[in-house]
Amino acid sequence: MKFRTVRRHFRESFKTLGRNGWMSFASIAAVTVTLLLVGVFVTIMLNLNKVADDLEKDVEMKVYVELSADPAATRELETQIKETSGVAEVQYSTRDQELDKMVKDFGEDLKLYEQSNPLREAFYVKATEPQQTAKVAKKIDEYPNTYEVVYGQGKVEKLFNFLNLGRNAGLVLILALLFTAMFLIANTIRITIVARKTEIGIMKLVGATNSFVRIPFVLEGIWLGLFGSLIPMIIITLGYMEFYDYAEPRLRGEMIQIIHPLPFLYIVNGLVLFMGIFIGSWGSFMSVRKFLKV
Amino acid sequence: MIEMKEVYKKYSNGVVAANGLNVKIDKGEFVYVVGPSGAGKSTFIKMMYREEKPTSGEILINGTSLPKLKNRKVPLLRRQIGVVFQDFKLLPRLSVYENVAFALEVIEEPTENIRPRVTEVLELVGLKHKARMLPTELSGGEQQRVSIARSIVNRPQVVIADEPTGNLDPETSMGIMNVLEQINEMGTTIVMATHNKDIVNRNRHRVIAIEGGLIVRDELEGGYGYEI
Ligand SMILES: Nc1ncnc2c1ncn2[C@@H]1O[C@H](COP(=O)(O)OP(=O)(O)O)[C@@H](O)[C@H]1O
Ligand SMILES: [Mg+2]
Repeated sequence: MKFRTVRRHFRESFKTLGRNGWMSFASIAAVTVTLLLVGVFVTIMLNLNKVADDLEKDVEMKVYVELSADPAATRELETQIKETSGVAEVQYSTRDQELDKMVKDFGEDLKLYEQSNPLREAFYVKATEPQQTAKVAKKIDEYPNTYEVVYGQGKVEKLFNFLNLGRNAGLVLILALLFTAMFLIANTIRITIVARKTEIGIMKLVGATNSFVRIPFVLEGIWLGLFGSLIPMIIITLGYMEFYDYAEPRLRGEMIQIIHPLPFLYIVNGLVLFMGIFIGSWGSFMSVRKFLKV
Repeated sequence: MIEMKEVYKKYSNGVVAANGLNVKIDKGEFVYVVGPSGAGKSTFIKMMYREEKPTSGEILINGTSLPKLKNRKVPLLRRQIGVVFQDFKLLPRLSVYENVAFALEVIEEPTENIRPRVTEVLELVGLKHKARMLPTELSGGEQQRVSIARSIVNRPQVVIADEPTGNLDPETSMGIMNVLEQINEMGTTIVMATHNKDIVNRNRHRVIAIEGGLIVRDELEGGYGYEI
C-alpha cells in the first residue's frame, strides 16, 4: 500500500470519528469503563496470587497446646519441639499474650474475655527451610500435648478459594462489559457506514478495491478502542504507584510483598492497550462484514 | 468486446428480467438499449458491470467471464468500465473537481497524474470554469456532465449509461448526447439504456430493443420504433 493511501485512510477514519461525535464518545466511554475494570481486576488478582505465593513460602507455624496440659507438660512439649529435626526457632506465648494479640488484631471488644480467657497457649515455630514446614508440622502434630498445628497452608487454601471466586465473578462481569463495548463500537461503525452509503457505492463503482473501502472503518474502530484505553492506563499507572508507595514501607520486613511497579505496570498496561485495540478492531470488523458487502 | 450468451436472470422475488439474451457489441460501437419501463434495460446494464450476476449464461468483457469472475477481481473490471446514472450520484460535499478526482484517488492513481487528467476531462465536458463549485450550484445537465467526466477520467474502454438523460429536459439532453458522442468518437464504446424516443430517432446508432427480458430487435442505425 502506498504511503499516500495510508495517509488518506488515517484522515478519513479521523474525520468520521468527529462526524458522529456522540456515538464515538459513548463507545470510547464504554471501552474506558471496561478496560479500567479489567486493569484493576488484573492488578488485584496478580497481587493476590503473589500474596498466596509468599504465604506458601512462609516457614512459620503455630502450635496450639491441649487445654489439659499442665505447665510441666507444656515445657515437655517445648523440649520435644526444639529437638525435632528441621526446627530453627521456638517461641512460647501464654494465653494472656494470645489474647493481647487478638485484641490488637480484632479490637477492644475482645477485652471482655479477660475474665475467662478461652484461648490456648501456643508455640510459634520456625522451620529451617520453607520446604520443611509441612513435614515439621506433621511431626509436631503427633506429640501428645499438641492440639493443632496451623501454618501458611491453611491461609493459602482460603486465599485460593477467594481468588477463584473473585476470578469467576470478575470474568463474567468483564466479558459482559467487553461485549457491550464491542457492540457499541460495531454500532458506531455501522452509523458511519450507513451515513457514507453513497460514497461507498461510488467508490465501488469506480473500482476501489475492497480493502481500500474497508480500511478506514476498521481504523475508526481501532481509534475508538485505542482512545478508550488511554484513561485506564493512566489511572492504573498512577493509582498503582500511589498504592505501592503507601503499602511497600508498611510491608517492609514482612513475608508478604506486593508486586514492584516495574515491569508489572508495563505488562498490565500492555494488556489494557492490546484489549482496547482488540475490542475496537473486532467491533468494527463485525460491522464492516455485515454492512459493507464489498 | 462485450458478449452475452443465453443470459438468463431471475431475481429472488421470481421476476425474470433477462430471458435468454444473446448480443455482441464491438469495440468503439455506440449502442442504445431501448424498451418500455420494466423491460429489463437496467438489469442488462447492471450485469455488464457485475452489479448483478446472471442466473445462467455467459457474459464476456474483453474475454473475461463476468459470472466466473471472483469478487476480489470485480474492482479491476470496474476500472475498465465507466458508469453513468440517471441521478448522477455525485458527492454533495465535494466540489466538481473533487468529485472527478475522487474516482482517481480511490484507485490509487499517482498524485501527479490526477490534476492534469481531471482538468482535461472537465474541459472535455465543458465545465473547467466551474471546477470549484459544489454540485448543488449546478444545473441538472451540468451535474450529469460531471458524472460523465468522472466515468471517463480513468480512460475506460467502455462507458455504460442507464437513462443518462432521464432527469433532463430535451435541450439539455442533446448537450449530454453531444458529450457522449464525442467520447465515442475518441474510441470509447458506449452502451446507453434509454426510453427517450426523440434522442434515439435523432442521434442514429445501433438499437437493441428489449421487452420482457428478450431482445426483440437489434438493428444498426435503427430508430426507437415504438409509439409511446
Ligand atoms: N433487485 C431487484 N429485485 C427484484 N426484481 C427486480 C430487481 N430489479 C429489477 N427487478 C424487476 O425486473 C424487471 C426489470 O427491471 P429493470 O431491469 O429495472 O427494467 P428497466 O430498467 O427496463 O425498467 C422489473 O420487473 C423489475 O421490477
Ligand atoms: Mg431502468
